[in-house]
Amino acid sequence: MTVSTAPALRKRRPPEPAAPTRRRSLRPTLVGWSFILPNFLGFALLTLVPMVFGLALSFMDWSPWGDPEWVGFENFERMIRNSTFWIALWNTTYYAAGHIPLTMAISLGLALLLNRTLAGLGFFRTAFFLPYVTSLVAVAVVWNMLFNPTSGPVNQFLQLLGVSDPPGWTSSTAWAMPAVIVASVWRDMGYYMVLFLAGLQTIPNELYEAARVDGANAWQRFWNITLPGLRPTTFFVLVMCTVASFKVFDLIVVMTDGGPGRATKVLSQMIYEEGIREGRFGLASAISLVLFVLVAGFTVIQFLIQRRREA
Amino acid sequence: MTANPTVEPIPHPATAEAGPERGPRRRATPLTLRSVAYSVLLTGLCLLILVPFVWMISSSLKHDNQVFTVPTQWIPREFVWSNYADIWTQIPMLAYLHNSAFLAVVISFLQVITGSFAAYGFAKLRFPGRDWLFLAYLATIAVPWQAYMIPQYLIMEQLGLVDTHLSIILLQAFGAFGVFLMRQYYQSIPDELIEAARIDGLSEYRIWWRIMLPLSRPAIASLGLLTFVSTWNDYMGPFIYFTSNELWTVQLGLRSFVGQYDAAYAMIMTGSVISVLPVVLVFLLGQRQFIQGIATSGLKG
Repeated sequence: MTVSTAPALRKRRPPEPAAPTRRRSLRPTLVGWSFILPNFLGFALLTLVPMVFGLALSFMDWSPWGDPEWVGFENFERMIRNSTFWIALWNTTYYAAGHIPLTMAISLGLALLLNRTLAGLGFFRTAFFLPYVTSLVAVAVVWNMLFNPTSGPVNQFLQLLGVSDPPGWTSSTAWAMPAVIVASVWRDMGYYMVLFLAGLQTIPNELYEAARVDGANAWQRFWNITLPGLRPTTFFVLVMCTVASFKVFDLIVVMTDGGPGRATKVLSQMIYEEGIREGRFGLASAISLVLFVLVAGFTVIQFLIQRRREA
Repeated sequence: MTANPTVEPIPHPATAEAGPERGPRRRATPLTLRSVAYSVLLTGLCLLILVPFVWMISSSLKHDNQVFTVPTQWIPREFVWSNYADIWTQIPMLAYLHNSAFLAVVISFLQVITGSFAAYGFAKLRFPGRDWLFLAYLATIAVPWQAYMIPQYLIMEQLGLVDTHLSIILLQAFGAFGVFLMRQYYQSIPDELIEAARIDGLSEYRIWWRIMLPLSRPAIASLGLLTFVSTWNDYMGPFIYFTSNELWTVQLGLRSFVGQYDAAYAMIMTGSVISVLPVVLVFLLGQRQFIQGIATSGLKG
């Protein structure tokens, strides 16, 4: 940007000869924008604008029946006084705290298991990925049946193991969330496994060879080569998994509908109920803002940790 | 795969953590024992993970009162194939499938076309504002949809698009993730190739069409497949936007079926199997390209 003031007069070559005839014209800009525009129009109108609009909405009183009115922090006050909000906030955190580490650990484990040459490798990869392509309602319904307290296979198996009083799963306030977490981990692990596999393939094999020459055992190799080599992937997976966890909705609605009681009610569900069902757009947007700040906060923290590790 | 065998004096090649080289000299016995144990472990894990599918298929071939038996009958005593014939008359399954397929195909197509087009701009062209714009795309990937679905809904309502298929198409066809994924892949394509094409006098649009699109087939497959799967399986979007029954997707249809016929366990499982089949088929067809596409797009931040 700094040197390119004089046009064709000077014979000295610019530091970066991108194109042979790069005149300072509008053309590259127009061409560049023309590529982005078809996507950007939709993206701007239906993602960027709503994001900004939503922020404003959380400071307004707006319902389908009345005119919008600027009310400052009133929505946030109402939110704080709403006991369901606190329960949903806790449940969302609970879900994320279970879902993120379990999914990460299991998908990484599967990726490590599958990252070698073996007969039938393609089959195994496909099998582990299959839950991810399974339709969500089917997943929810099947797991509900597997978790059936009296005659579901899960409890039959537990009884076989000698658990005399197995949990009621989705019918019990204490066990409903763990049941949802199990189903969700089952569904998601294949997706993140593929991402980890991709990451593992970027680690040069020579590193392992060298480590083995130096007499490093499997654990040392994992700790000193695999984990550091996977760091960019881990970061990406962690961010994606965090976003996905905090916005969980579908699985919960179909499996438990937030129940029993409010035992599995999460923030997204509350946003839907307050906003679209009850028409309290302002209050729902205030809760949305909390959800956004939560996710953004976690993402930034992860980013900072990642940066420090890299330095 | 031609390995470089000259520089590795290590005796156990197959114990390699990430050894893609097919061992030309496997001789030690513990090694094969290891791989057998390994296959057994994987098969066990695989079976465990597939249990819900087995349950789904097995229950779909039973009578309702046979679904929950103690102990569970994993293979039905009598195969009730008629479930698969009856479901079409119990609920408008065909219409639901049609709606889901329509949405999934249109949205995947738009995602791939607009996404790859934009990705070319972001990856291979230089123009002012490009990097800021890309940052905006990138940042929104980390914003959960629920955080802006209310204002989005209000905008859609103003446009008069609530309760139309167009609403979901517009909502999902211009994803930032698609642009990101395609751009990652495009960056692995050497710039020299494009320079050469430019010198040959190809316009940027033709470079995209004639060079980038054909070269990025794995990335297109990944993006197309991921979009297809997530559209097909989306519950919340259609749930919020479609109130008329004739617009419903398979997910909505199945869900309402569960609500209406609580005890029709076998039929519900039949519906579940049918809802899963198309997407599994699409996945199996595209999976080779898919895995390759994800792997090569690198996903390095």
